[in-house]
Amino acid sequence: MATYLIRRLLIAIPSLLGISVILFTILALAPGDPFSEMATNPNVPPEVREALRASFGLNDPIMVRYLRWLSNMAQGDWGFSFASRINVDDLILQRLPTTLFVVGSSQILALCVALPVGIYAATRPYSVFDQIANTLAFVGFSLPTFFTGLLFILIFSVTLDWFPFVYRSDIAATGWRWYWEMFRQAIMPITVLGLFQAASYTRYVRSAVLDVIRLDYVTTARAKGLSERRVTIRHITRNALIPVVTLVALQMPAVFGGALVTEQIFRVPGIGSLLIDAILANDTPVIMAVTFVFSCLVVLFNLIADILYGWLDPRISFS
Amino acid sequence: MKEQEIRGLVADVKEGTLSRRSFMQKMAAVGIAAPLATQILIWNDVAMANATLQYKPTKAGGGGPLKMLLWQAPTLLNPHFASGTKDQIASRIFYEPLAGWDKEGNLFPQLAAEIPSKANGGLSADGKTVTWKLKQGVKWHDGKPLTADDAVFTWEYAADPATAAYTTGSYKDITVEKVDTHTFKVIFKEATPFWADPFVGVAGMIIPKHLFGEYKGAKSREAPANLKPVGTGPYKFAEFKPGDILTGERNADYHVKNQPHFDTIEVKGGGDAVSAARAVLQTGEYDYAWNLQVEDEVLKRMETGGRGKISAVPSGDIEFIILNTTDPWTEVDGERSSVKTKHPTLTDPAVRQAINLLIDRDSIQKFIYGRGGTATASFVNEPKQFKSTKLKYEFNIEKANKILDDAGWKKGSDGIREKDGKKLKYVYQTSINAPRQKTQAIIKQACQRAGIDLELKSVTASVFFSSDVANPDTYTKLYTDMEMYTTTQPQPDPERFLNQFTSWEIATKENKWLGRNVSRYSDPAADEAYKAAQKELDPAKRAAYLIKVNEIFCEANVILPILSRTRIAASLNNLSHDHSGWDVDSWNIAAWYRS
Repeated sequence: MATYLIRRLLIAIPSLLGISVILFTILALAPGDPFSEMATNPNVPPEVREALRASFGLNDPIMVRYLRWLSNMAQGDWGFSFASRINVDDLILQRLPTTLFVVGSSQILALCVALPVGIYAATRPYSVFDQIANTLAFVGFSLPTFFTGLLFILIFSVTLDWFPFVYRSDIAATGWRWYWEMFRQAIMPITVLGLFQAASYTRYVRSAVLDVIRLDYVTTARAKGLSERRVTIRHITRNALIPVVTLVALQMPAVFGGALVTEQIFRVPGIGSLLIDAILANDTPVIMAVTFVFSCLVVLFNLIADILYGWLDPRISFS
Repeated sequence: MKEQEIRGLVADVKEGTLSRRSFMQKMAAVGIAAPLATQILIWNDVAMANATLQYKPTKAGGGGPLKMLLWQAPTLLNPHFASGTKDQIASRIFYEPLAGWDKEGNLFPQLAAEIPSKANGGLSADGKTVTWKLKQGVKWHDGKPLTADDAVFTWEYAADPATAAYTTGSYKDITVEKVDTHTFKVIFKEATPFWADPFVGVAGMIIPKHLFGEYKGAKSREAPANLKPVGTGPYKFAEFKPGDILTGERNADYHVKNQPHFDTIEVKGGGDAVSAARAVLQTGEYDYAWNLQVEDEVLKRMETGGRGKISAVPSGDIEFIILNTTDPWTEVDGERSSVKTKHPTLTDPAVRQAINLLIDRDSIQKFIYGRGGTATASFVNEPKQFKSTKLKYEFNIEKANKILDDAGWKKGSDGIREKDGKKLKYVYQTSINAPRQKTQAIIKQACQRAGIDLELKSVTASVFFSSDVANPDTYTKLYTDMEMYTTTQPQPDPERFLNQFTSWEIATKENKWLGRNVSRYSDPAADEAYKAAQKELDPAKRAAYLIKVNEIFCEANVILPILSRTRIAASLNNLSHDHSGWDVDSWNIAAWYRS
């Protein structure tokens, strides 16, 4: 087990290096520069733009810039944002709590919906409930979040006037009122994200349970005279959930990475909207940091998923 | 309008037979922009008008929270690093300049005790020195007094190239001298007719010496005050999350009596313009939303809810087309569109004139931009004293056809005109933006009916407006026959704005395409008039010179102005705000109130 872990971690290093090279090159080759806004402003002399480019090191060759970035990163210096001139790690830390709250809650909501619905549907395949659940899952899976997001805004904010559609990271209220305001503003983005995720989880859970339910040991359990409820929960679900656990573990990086589109629609100040703003402003250090952290998380959670799998299913060995 | 006539009008204003407002309108009618018109009056010692918002509340505070929504979020709060309007708006809440520009282009004193004029001795006769007097008793948010040292320091800070301030253009060629604790002199190297640039408006915000003193030059990024502003403005800084939210609270010691009205201020950023308009006009979650570049149809539909209103103020921004007279399809010395080449067909003035006749400006205004722009044939439209009265636009397909027939361009079998084997086929490029693509389609249709074939090309805005030397699609490279975009006139005086019509500003490979003259066209007469205007202290003569520069380019049909853009903002019905096209939206935020 220990050797397996060490081997996997060692393999991760070259793959992360490779990822960083690719990211950096693509960003360097992408058109545009962070000072485009100054270009149409006659009050900013071209020399200022050139001086800024030089001081931010944008005129150096790609290789030099990459090596500088890599050595700084290795020393824990993530660089500073061209747009706000503050350190990138501060920026990311400011955004992280919101993203963890919104995307994390939506994952929990998704599981709360998907598990019971998927299991119940699989134990009664082709029943009316299964048909309805399947159809809804299909619809939910096919509707993109930007569509449902706008739909929710139109219905619940504009027409009914129940919820605000601008998310604010700090609410000027205390005590119960704070929780109530937080709930009001978070419910739409969480629901939009959660239901979308629930739709795809439901399909996984259902097919995983269906795979298990036909196995001989389930028949044996029933033949022993165990109650249907006990069979479903203890014998079927536990075994069916092994692939689902892996799936959820692989979704974890997204909890940190934020939801690009949904965050933009509801103005949720999370990592996703930070990334979009940085991309639009050609703010390379921020793009680099966010995407690189995201790739580290993907590699890490892949490893965790593999280990979890082996722990849950002793038939898999790591040697 | 001739110089003599302008003089006559000024005399009328002085005697009181002509109101300031009608003077401005007359000037506007001849194409002189409001800020310039104002300057004309100041130079002739006519007292300043006041077009600012009338402030009704009788005590400071008590207004509750003021919530602004900027769909581009502010990312930094140092006014001298503020690259975009979003940052300038945010820093203007805390910092103030000596004077700001109101919606009619008048100078309005903020930290200055009065606007310098010849009468009060503020302006020297040779046009080289301006003496500013600071208002007495103004305090920084930390309680220290504002003095002339702070102003002198602001100049040193911004002028230092190592600071890399975006405002450096306004400060690098001047010297500033302290006279006494509240008086200082701005000394220009040469006679400068437009003196209201350093310490005024967006570039003029004064920063405290005691907090920035150690962070001049290369260390500028490290100043803690970059993110925690301490200014003189109506609101004190509370909290800032770059790219997300900015909050402030009322400055109880603000130097204007009974202001500000609101207890706290919140500036939220992010999202897009349409939903920002919706958050004000439809759901009322926010009080004010800025820069709503949204189709007017959409805004009108939202306004029917009755919760909020739209405010549109004229600005100097102009949407226009460049016809390239150099050859974009031949490479010479490593660059296309080189001034050494000639465009095979667009060098024919008849073709350019025909294309100008094929732009249906009225329809573009009516069906696409609505309140967002006014059809125009003049490059400079505001302030009105700089607008050319001579330039007129016309949409006339028959006339265009006739001109082309007369010039010998005959329609071929494919319906496209040609002469000597050269066809009138052009690539017409602009940035990706829904109204622009619609405008392209309208012009393409009209050109088709005159036997000119346009191929439409659109480039992502972040590429189009970048200064990336390696990219062929940037607007300054002009590797195309026709190009359309909006350029901003940053201050009421159009001198600096018009440098894009001078020969020494032509964008070439040599200057890395950083030159401001993108059209590459030049005319010795325009150069001469421009240089004369730079030195001319008599505002009327100067306006006449600048109008001439504008007319030379527009009459050559190289620059085809389409719309003079207005700035659009949305606010709740009960909010009184002071929206100006010559300064940032928050320029007079101290005087905003809720009724």
